[in-house]
Amino acid sequence: MTDATITTAPELISAAPELPDLLPPVKLRGGIIGFMRRHPAIAIGGALVLAMVLIAAFAPYLGTVDPTALAPTRRTREPSAAFWFGTDMLGRDIYSRVLYGARVSLTVGFSVGLLASLAGLVIGLISGFVRWSDGIIMRVMDGMMSIPPILLAIALMALTRGSVGNVITAITIAEIPRVSRLVRSVVLSLREQPYVDAAIAAGTRTPMIILRHILPNTVAPMTVQATYVCASAMIVEAILSFIGAGTPPTIPSWGNIMAEGRALWQVKPYIVFFPAVFLSLTVLAVNLLGDGLRDALDPRLAKRL
Amino acid sequence: MLSYIIRRILATVPVMVVVALFVFSLLYIAPGDPAAIIAGDQATPDDVARIRMSLGLDRPFLIRFGEWLWQILHGDLGTSIFTNLPVATLIAQRAEPTLSLMAVTLILAVCVAVPIGVVAAWKADTLIDRAIMAFAVFGFSVPVFVVGYLLAYVFALELDWLPVQGYTQLSEGPWPWLQNLILPALALGCVYIALIARITRASMLEVLQQDYIRTARAKGVGQTGILFVHALKNAAVPIVTVIGIGVALLIGGAVVTETVFAIPGIGRLTVDAILRRDYPVIQGVVLMFSFLYVLVNLVIDLLYTVLDPRIRY
Repeated sequence: MTDATITTAPELISAAPELPDLLPPVKLRGGIIGFMRRHPAIAIGGALVLAMVLIAAFAPYLGTVDPTALAPTRRTREPSAAFWFGTDMLGRDIYSRVLYGARVSLTVGFSVGLLASLAGLVIGLISGFVRWSDGIIMRVMDGMMSIPPILLAIALMALTRGSVGNVITAITIAEIPRVSRLVRSVVLSLREQPYVDAAIAAGTRTPMIILRHILPNTVAPMTVQATYVCASAMIVEAILSFIGAGTPPTIPSWGNIMAEGRALWQVKPYIVFFPAVFLSLTVLAVNLLGDGLRDALDPRLAKRL
Repeated sequence: MLSYIIRRILATVPVMVVVALFVFSLLYIAPGDPAAIIAGDQATPDDVARIRMSLGLDRPFLIRFGEWLWQILHGDLGTSIFTNLPVATLIAQRAEPTLSLMAVTLILAVCVAVPIGVVAAWKADTLIDRAIMAFAVFGFSVPVFVVGYLLAYVFALELDWLPVQGYTQLSEGPWPWLQNLILPALALGCVYIALIARITRASMLEVLQQDYIRTARAKGVGQTGILFVHALKNAAVPIVTVIGIGVALLIGGAVVTETVFAIPGIGRLTVDAILRRDYPVIQGVVLMFSFLYVLVNLVIDLLYTVLDPRIRY
């Protein structure tokens, strides 16, 4: 072993015999079309969500009028060329109200998805790393999870004044336990990984371990979870507004429009119909995006569900 | 076995205490003065003071919590601010429609969801499977009141097969009772069916790959026998678990379904209480439903040992 010739990697590779072409290389089609082929759910869901965001952002420029303008002379008009979605019993234009309503739903959905993820991440990390706190935190989370989320949100809303901010807070509190449990389970399984052991043995401080080894691994499951939280938050917001415990009636939101159409739904079903379609489509889009992300980011989980 | 059951029952006590503590502290963690908010904008300072007294907000937190817990243990859920009736009485009066709706939905959902989940697993990756899973995504996405209005419009208004709204007591005969519950149960069951069907499919897919399924097939057991006797029995634990977890969806959805179909149940009571800002009623309903939910999941936990004898404690 004294005069071992030093071979470099490129030499070894060039010296290796040619492998037979048993499997032709997988050609992945690039570009947008290739992406859509591989992840149709992400493409369709993402496109629909994007469309909704654009509608919400550009609501004033899409042929809408003031969504709160009353016009008693033209109450409950059927959908027509002048009023695409008809008018409600106060003469307000439903097309304008529905388009502006997208703002409330998307704001609530995205805010709750983001805030619940952040809060859940912090609680889950504490629970996973500060072992003595785990028992207490998880008992509290168990208790919170035993309260059906809609009821918890209703109770919180009954104690505060109706506003979009309070709706977001109430739904966020109801969603936190689920996210924290997910983060905790990810943290606990990562702590058993050899590379985390190695990092600990090498003397890496806990904050650095969290930053370098734990956080990057929570991104994928948390993103997927956040889309589901977002979808569920939009449904809960609509339900709260529908039963009169959500967004104040002065703000056009899909739940509010439906609540106002409730008394008349047998004779004027279109008042309920249009916000219902928009709400369902938006939630469907977010759920599709979530399913697509889950399949793309975590194929193991995708097989099980 | 018996010791496990006793331990499991005892383990729900801390959960229930946490639930009670959490529901109780909502009054204290809410921003602003809850008494002023409950009293409403037109209230006089006297009204606010009276409500603060009746909610016990003028006394220390822990003492008040102790008293409140003691009352609950004696079946006293407080008194409604609006009607001055005990909350427990109000809930008991409205319990039948809600429990009927939930029971019918539960039975309907399990009877529909488990078979379609099994078929989806059996026909995995075929058109039938895709269709069932697509339905499941829709079921998750279309809110319960949208399904409710759609069903009521098609089957009650247009086709006139079933009553549009209302509720008939069970004492007036099982058919009139059921007739009024079919549409609400379908609407409420939609999410639940989607959830159970998805888990049934996933759980069945796993079981169908096991060796004993191949053995059963080799010895000539028919397809139905394999699916529903050999496989489903072993796939049952996750399915039953999700049925229990999904009861939370049923409870939340019942409030909305009752509003759509004008069913005079606990959901209606809650919605009326929201409009009148009658917080003790809301608190009582939340507490009662949460305990119900914990109990359902306790029963399901205990069922595990029956369903899967391999689980020993």
